Amino acid sequence: MRKLTGFLLLSLFLLTASNLAVSAQTRKQNEKQTDVLIRNATVMTAVRGTLENTDILIQNGKIAKIGKNLKASSNAQTIDATGKFVTPGIIDCHSHAMLDAINEGSYSVTSMTRVRDVLNPTDISIYRALAGGVTAANLLHGSANSIGGQNSTVKFKYGHPVEDFLVADAPPGIKFAMGENVRRTNFQPRPGQEPRYPRSRMGVIEVMRDAFLRAREYKLSWDEYRAKVAKNDKTAVIPRRDLELEPLVEILEGKRLVHAHGYRSDEHLNLLLFADEFGFRVATLQHGLEAYKIAPEIAKRGTGVSIFVDSWGYKLEAFDSIPYNAYILWKNGVVVSINSDSDERIRRLNLDAAKVEKYGGVPEEEALKMITLNPAKQLGIDKRTGSIEEKKDADIVIWSAHPFSVYSHPEMTMIEGEVLFDRSKDIAMRDEMKKEREALEKLDVNKAPASGGTSPKIPTEKRQADRDDADGGNQ
Amino acid sequence: MSSKFKVQSSKLLKSIFYLYLSVFICGQISVFAQNDGSEQNVTGKAGTFAITNARIVTVSGATIENGTVVISNGKISAVGANASIPAGAERIDARGLSVYPGMIDAGTNMGLIEIGGGVPGSVDVAEVGDMNSNIKAILGINPHSTHINVTRVNGITTVMSLPVSGVISGQSAIINLNGSTQAEMAIVPVYGLVINFPRVTTFSGFNPVAGPQTVDFSTAVKNRDKKLEDLKKLFSEAENYAKVRDAYAKDRTLPSVPMDLKAEALLPYIRGEKPIIFNAERERDIRGAAKFVSETKVKGIILGGQEAWKAADDLKKNNIPVIYTNIYNLPVQDDDPYDYLFSAPMKMAQAGVKFCISTGNDGSEVRDLPYHAGLAGAYGLAKDEALKSVTIYPAQILGIADKFGSIEVGKMANIVVTDGDLLEPRTNIKHLFINGRMLPLTSRHTQLFDNFKDRK
Repeated sequence: MRKLTGFLLLSLFLLTASNLAVSAQTRKQNEKQTDVLIRNATVMTAVRGTLENTDILIQNGKIAKIGKNLKASSNAQTIDATGKFVTPGIIDCHSHAMLDAINEGSYSVTSMTRVRDVLNPTDISIYRALAGGVTAANLLHGSANSIGGQNSTVKFKYGHPVEDFLVADAPPGIKFAMGENVRRTNFQPRPGQEPRYPRSRMGVIEVMRDAFLRAREYKLSWDEYRAKVAKNDKTAVIPRRDLELEPLVEILEGKRLVHAHGYRSDEHLNLLLFADEFGFRVATLQHGLEAYKIAPEIAKRGTGVSIFVDSWGYKLEAFDSIPYNAYILWKNGVVVSINSDSDERIRRLNLDAAKVEKYGGVPEEEALKMITLNPAKQLGIDKRTGSIEEKKDADIVIWSAHPFSVYSHPEMTMIEGEVLFDRSKDIAMRDEMKKEREALEKLDVNKAPASGGTSPKIPTEKRQADRDDADGGNQ
Repeated sequence: MSSKFKVQSSKLLKSIFYLYLSVFICGQISVFAQNDGSEQNVTGKAGTFAITNARIVTVSGATIENGTVVISNGKISAVGANASIPAGAERIDARGLSVYPGMIDAGTNMGLIEIGGGVPGSVDVAEVGDMNSNIKAILGINPHSTHINVTRVNGITTVMSLPVSGVISGQSAIINLNGSTQAEMAIVPVYGLVINFPRVTTFSGFNPVAGPQTVDFSTAVKNRDKKLEDLKKLFSEAENYAKVRDAYAKDRTLPSVPMDLKAEALLPYIRGEKPIIFNAERERDIRGAAKFVSETKVKGIILGGQEAWKAADDLKKNNIPVIYTNIYNLPVQDDDPYDYLFSAPMKMAQAGVKFCISTGNDGSEVRDLPYHAGLAGAYGLAKDEALKSVTIYPAQILGIADKFGSIEVGKMANIVVTDGDLLEPRTNIKHLFINGRMLPLTSRHTQLFDNFKDRK
């Protein structure tokens, strides 16, 4: 009972808190956006160096103009950024924020599953990520399976309905995984439970081979069917749709990006060779803690690598990771991004990027790219975001100081010109939030029955998000 | 082997053999040349050193913009703009560089865990049982752990390493990150008694069928109080044990009790001679720990301390400092301000709570200590306080400030020379001294880097 009370209080509070936190900023979501002019900033473009005393004019959510002494219309919102730094919004190429479930671990091939179906747009992690300057992310299925579920590429439009989060023109992708997590090294079966195949690195690649051979045959059945239809052959029988194999066919056709979790260089190389054999390109090696050992092989195939900047040693396959990984890969011409894979770490990716200047000496702009333009490239969204350039989406962070300084923090984060995090407003709102919390706690419904409250109703729906998903936003 | 080989060998085979031999020998030589002591940790060079033309951030006093630090016999023997340099001292020109005291992380499990996930044979941080007062971290610390070199080359020279399990986890050790034996590393081999302060929790266990089980709040408080009574009872039993043993030592005709290692181990802590380190995060638990300290008259330290600033009055009244380990943690409640744990050190400073900042990490990421302090600086803590929170403040809390934590004459020479602000992630460490030994800036990571950086 108490648990329920607490839960009700929490969910009530969550709804109000999240609405409050963004209401001011999202009110105009259906109105035409006013122009925004950021004045006199130090702009780190991520492509054309750092521009001092520079203005950025934002119109209709896009960067309209970059230059000095820009003029804006009289009703434009002007932000004085004197003494402050501006960067593109940070993009995290490996996150599980917003996900109400991460692994469908019952099979080792779950290509039919989609994280799209479990996105929670009220997850507080989104707001915290915005407060760390992150505007977009690759939301991935977990790493329990050789071939996991389909990912979602999102922008963190906190306060918007879940549909708005999805980057509509981002190419679809899928999670692959190899190594300890797939062979369930640290997950012993419960008594009486059969261990799941595969239990070794040998088995992992066989699971993939089996799936892709089936996908090839499935593709062939469709190719033959379509050929017959084209020839008006009345004997054509439509093949049975296979939701497991369809995404794999898209991989074979180069239409779906493969994001492959792994640690050891040998297993990553085995995957690259496997992809060569089946004629597709792996979009990114995720984690790739030993990728530096096979940098030339990775570079040759145009595969990107998305790494932790310096995490190591937390399991055996992470023992050979070194913080020079980014530098060696970069020097070999690999597109490198630095990811968080964590709702905590996502808040300080700027400092992770700073570290690659220290370890090996990656130049500043290349380091900045590793958390902006490079992840955008890896996700196929670099035409619209990832750098400060005219005509791109106005996904922008204003920092109190140089973003690679430990003493800096984001003051404002915007997506497509809409301010979704504003530190001064956040601080100003704290008293109001506190009062609201106190008021909520006094409500009869939130009092324990023992102290005079009525028994809470069992919530029939867990979160607003579930309704958004099920009914297309019909609340 | 080789004579047999010669009998059989043709010229070609012979030349292959010698080629192989020379490669083998060269390989060995290069291994020795590269050896930085990751395996045996007998590293560095003793001697007299003079770091000249340096910006000296003493921490304890004003920063000297251009001065000299002299190291001899393992200690800092002179500091100042005009410090005289002994004849024969090895000079290190530090023009453009800064000298700092080595950083101290007071809340790690260094040396007790090599690989936490999936390699149980390398994990020695937790003992079976709830009341392990006699357990000593120092006896489990691996002086040859790869974490040690990786950590120190980022400017951390001293750590406290803690056991973690049960209610009484055991006793911590304060160590320098250099030495080939536990004794060589030890600063204070047995320092504090770690107690996971019993929490008020409505969670009462996990049922494999029904899932998590809960109790109501008043029962949770009762459960906590029962555990505290058990602890107090254990304390008074140990005191009684000591009385009986002392009396028996004086008069052999009296009845005695057999030796009890756990009771023996508790005595210095019960008597307030050594501190008890209470692991506690939320305000309620921290206040509970403070009350326990005042009732039992022990010396207390809080480890964790998320909401220590809220309990400032109780902490100050009972002279309890905080080892804060929550910079790289998320706020617990969804409606906590997003910077709740980043800004806690600033709030502790404002409230007058004695604190230091720690990674709370088991080993591999202790090297991030400067960024934990720096982030507290990004969210309100003054920069000089941030620096103190990983140098002199932990030294004070650990009772070693007479020898560590600042650049002062007479202190042990744990010194880091940098090309910038010690807490900045882009800053490079240029020279490193522990106990006056100049250490190579190498680790398993630099070795792997060297091995692979030029692979084509």
